[in-house]
Amino acid sequence: MSFDPTRYLNPAIAAVPKSGIRKFFDVAATMPGAISLGVGEPDFVTPYHIRDAAINSLLDGETQYTSNWGLLSLREEIAYYMENRFGLNYDPKNEILVTVGASEGIDLSLRVICNPGDEILIPEPSYVSYAPGVVFAGGTPVPMPTYEENAFALTPEAVEAAITPRTKAIILPYPNNPTGAVVGKEQLQKLAEVFIRRDLIVISDEIYAELCYSPEGHTSIAALPGMRERTFVLNGFSKAFAMTGWRMGYICAPAAFCDVMCKIHQYTILCAPRQGQVAAEQALKRGREDGYADVARMRESYDQRRRLMVKSFREMGLSCFEPLGAFYVFPGIQKTGLSSEVFCERLLREHRVVCVPGTAFGASGEGYIRCSYATGINQLSEALERMSTFLKHL
Amino acid sequence: MQSLQMQLLHLLQEDCRLTLEQLATMTGSSVEAVGSMIDEMERTGVILRYAPVINWDKTARERVEAMIEVRVTPQRDQGFDAIARRIYRFDEVKSVYLMSGAYDLLLLVEAHTLKELAYFVSTKLSTLEHVTGTATHFVLKRYKSDGVIFEGKEDDKRLVVTA
Repeated sequence: MSFDPTRYLNPAIAAVPKSGIRKFFDVAATMPGAISLGVGEPDFVTPYHIRDAAINSLLDGETQYTSNWGLLSLREEIAYYMENRFGLNYDPKNEILVTVGASEGIDLSLRVICNPGDEILIPEPSYVSYAPGVVFAGGTPVPMPTYEENAFALTPEAVEAAITPRTKAIILPYPNNPTGAVVGKEQLQKLAEVFIRRDLIVISDEIYAELCYSPEGHTSIAALPGMRERTFVLNGFSKAFAMTGWRMGYICAPAAFCDVMCKIHQYTILCAPRQGQVAAEQALKRGREDGYADVARMRESYDQRRRLMVKSFREMGLSCFEPLGAFYVFPGIQKTGLSSEVFCERLLREHRVVCVPGTAFGASGEGYIRCSYATGINQLSEALERMSTFLKHL
Repeated sequence: MQSLQMQLLHLLQEDCRLTLEQLATMTGSSVEAVGSMIDEMERTGVILRYAPVINWDKTARERVEAMIEVRVTPQRDQGFDAIARRIYRFDEVKSVYLMSGAYDLLLLVEAHTLKELAYFVSTKLSTLEHVTGTATHFVLKRYKSDGVIFEGKEDDKRLVVTA
């Protein structure tokens, strides 16, 4: 009898589907001349002063481990930043954990709270890692569709309706990838009331916090009364400082949570890479001096492109909710009669533009496509023209 | 958030072929507001012209460039302005700066050949009244100019599709 490795796998983990994004990547990678609106990362390169700090750190021979928690000097900068930008107070000694991207933050926070059978609410459409993360942590993901007519925001009623005696926590993914939706302070207060009353833990993924285009800016739910004690704030440097490849993130949470997360982090990761930490510290240090000018410059550039995208899609006759966060628009393609997947496949094969079907982000993404505008303006204009031609000839 | 003026200037500096409609959409303003702001900036000399950044080294054109340090005697009441005006009127002179430090004016001078440039320095520039000395540095290669990298390009290194 031949050896069958699959017999030895954990069936729950083996059954988790691969990301729907992957399939598109494989097709798109073989298409010369394709313009990609499928990229989930900034089109800026990390500002040079940040890269330079990492280079100098290497030249100075800083090649050792850091504290499990991350460099204290970096955690102090994060503490200052969180207070300065979002009015959050965390103790750099035991309430801030430096992670390998916010992705590790998703994993750690879920792992420390999930008991087998615990239900974790996940508003959808949303980032592809949440539901698999819950499964890996031994919990049960409970998707909660959100709708364009509610601006893809979570409603208190929907949360109430989804809660069962097994509900432990909710992931709050705003500003949202893929919809670009944000949840303003007023709405957050209504949600916080439910979270407190129904005793839910909140994992607030705020990786796009700096890319918020509403005049009031981003509000962290942890800043609302009664929420800090039950909230994990996940953030990082990837989107705000164009540092995706550095894999630098952090979690801010009460000490009792951080203490247990740090145990997993200590035994599995040891510490985030040192040069990434040095670079991150430089990003925040310079920001403290110049009012986070790097971030402001990039945000303004995204905002300009965001307006162009929304207007263009509406002119093409698509329904297009106005996204006020992240760098995605999520136009509705229902009127074409095509499924999201077929639409994206045909757009790619016939007109060489890569978009991601909304269904990659949950079943409720059907009828929508995600278009990233983190791409040069000339490329964007060309892609929009091709899409317009595609729609005209459908 | 920058003012409309600053936003327009930065967008135009990046790509001056953007249409009024595009500029209006991108800045969240009306076409009229953008149009009149640009007219105003053209009128008051904030915007002097719309020019491409050219890498002449990639063309067949023969060309020599030099940075020339010039020491001059400033004139009563006029300071350096009068002599700077005399100098910048030469077609060969592409840029003129008044500098602090060891010399007074810095010129970027362009000519078709080395000989032509040498001729300009020795017969036109050095002989000007109040010019007391020059030092000519030939440009060998242009790596970056006006914020644009000339040699090589920073490619998009991102994966085509990511979550």
